[in-house]
Amino acid sequence: MTLANVRIGAVLFVLTTLPSTLLAHRQWLLPSSTVLSNAGAWVTVDAAVSNELFYFDHVPLRLSNLKITGPDGGEAKPENAATGKYRSTFDVQLSIPGTYRIATVSNMVMARWKENGEEKNWRGPAAEFTGKAPAGASELAISTMNSRVETFVTVGKPSNRACEPTGKGLELVPVTHPNDLIAGKAATFQFLLDGKPAAGLEVTLIPGGIRYRDQLHEIRAQTGSDGRFTTTFKEPGMYWLNAATAPARPAGPGAAPVGPSGPPRMPVGDRSSYTATLEVLPE
Amino acid sequence: MRTILSIAAAGIAASPLTYAAGIEVSVEIPRLNVAEYHRPYLAMWIEHPDQSFAANLAVWYDQQTSKSEKGTTWLKDLRQWWRKSGRDLTLPIDGISGATRPPGVHSIAFQGAKSPFAKLEPGPYQLVVEASREVGGREIVRIPFQWPATAAHPVKVKGERELGTVQLSVRP
Repeated sequence: MTLANVRIGAVLFVLTTLPSTLLAHRQWLLPSSTVLSNAGAWVTVDAAVSNELFYFDHVPLRLSNLKITGPDGGEAKPENAATGKYRSTFDVQLSIPGTYRIATVSNMVMARWKENGEEKNWRGPAAEFTGKAPAGASELAISTMNSRVETFVTVGKPSNRACEPTGKGLELVPVTHPNDLIAGKAATFQFLLDGKPAAGLEVTLIPGGIRYRDQLHEIRAQTGSDGRFTTTFKEPGMYWLNAATAPARPAGPGAAPVGPSGPPRMPVGDRSSYTATLEVLPE
Repeated sequence: MRTILSIAAAGIAASPLTYAAGIEVSVEIPRLNVAEYHRPYLAMWIEHPDQSFAANLAVWYDQQTSKSEKGTTWLKDLRQWWRKSGRDLTLPIDGISGATRPPGVHSIAFQGAKSPFAKLEPGPYQLVVEASREVGGREIVRIPFQWPATAAHPVKVKGERELGTVQLSVRP
């Protein structure tokens, strides 16, 4: 088998194995406002997976992994949650002043192994993997996919408690607060991978409104050794920020992406992706 | 218009006036021919030349609370003021908060030891007036000035859409 075939095979395998929302298209949470004056105010959030930003034109983003962290670190409950054909939607009451982090985080496992000489595979939420592969499994290869999709809204003065990293997967640490972004001013963020600075990470920022223009106008940046990058938003508006780690390919059994016979194997390793919707206000 | 312009005419020497001197700010809210008109929210403050915040002078907003909504809901639309000061405050504040005002020229005098000007270190500053109108636009006008003020004032700057003439003058 040629290398090209291997690659195509691997891609096909991944496409048919992973939930489509994990790979294709763009996932986002879009809040009705990001800066508010009154504690007790509400925001409505749309959640979708789409091609165009920020239009719901493909499938809804499922809300099963939704977590809203309040300014005091406590959890806030979504209200009026519904999932339609193209988008999910929910309301959040911002009862106390400060910054809320609204996130969906998923941890998936993809595993293959041989059981009595027979090829087996399993995919699903990491929490459900325990016990799925038998003790006697050979050539067990496990890949994990961590994905965080989030946005931030603030009542009154921006605060940092809700933005504290969890130490799992790719996370954005505000240096410039995500609800304090102004057109024409430089903003700095830090990326962490499992709590440590994510160096050399490619970051993409795309302004919304794609439907009505021919070019993406994306901003590309790369994090430094401290995991930080700095960019200047030229125009105000909603931006889609995205970064993902390249799949790791650890050496050892199961790491080879191809078997001499049978279907090609997917690359084995851990992947993590991060997506945020950020609002940049006019000066 | 008001009679503030008499200062220069009165021939006061161009030396700094004492701290006891009063400052008067007048703001013209233009009459607009629009289908749906609401009085603008307006904030007035003092900045350093690098646009960092120095002191609040006034904020005019709807102080009523209806069944469904508080007037403070839209304070964030005074974007610059909100970012620089508003979000750090608990409103209302005596001497700062006020009701929205109708089209016309409105003057506020700042005098005596309680005036926000009295607390300023000598140096260059800017007066900033920001107006934001529900279902309308937003505009900011800046007037640089030296403190303590000299008789070289009044200084006028004319807004283009949401603000008419803004004038800063010294009242000895």
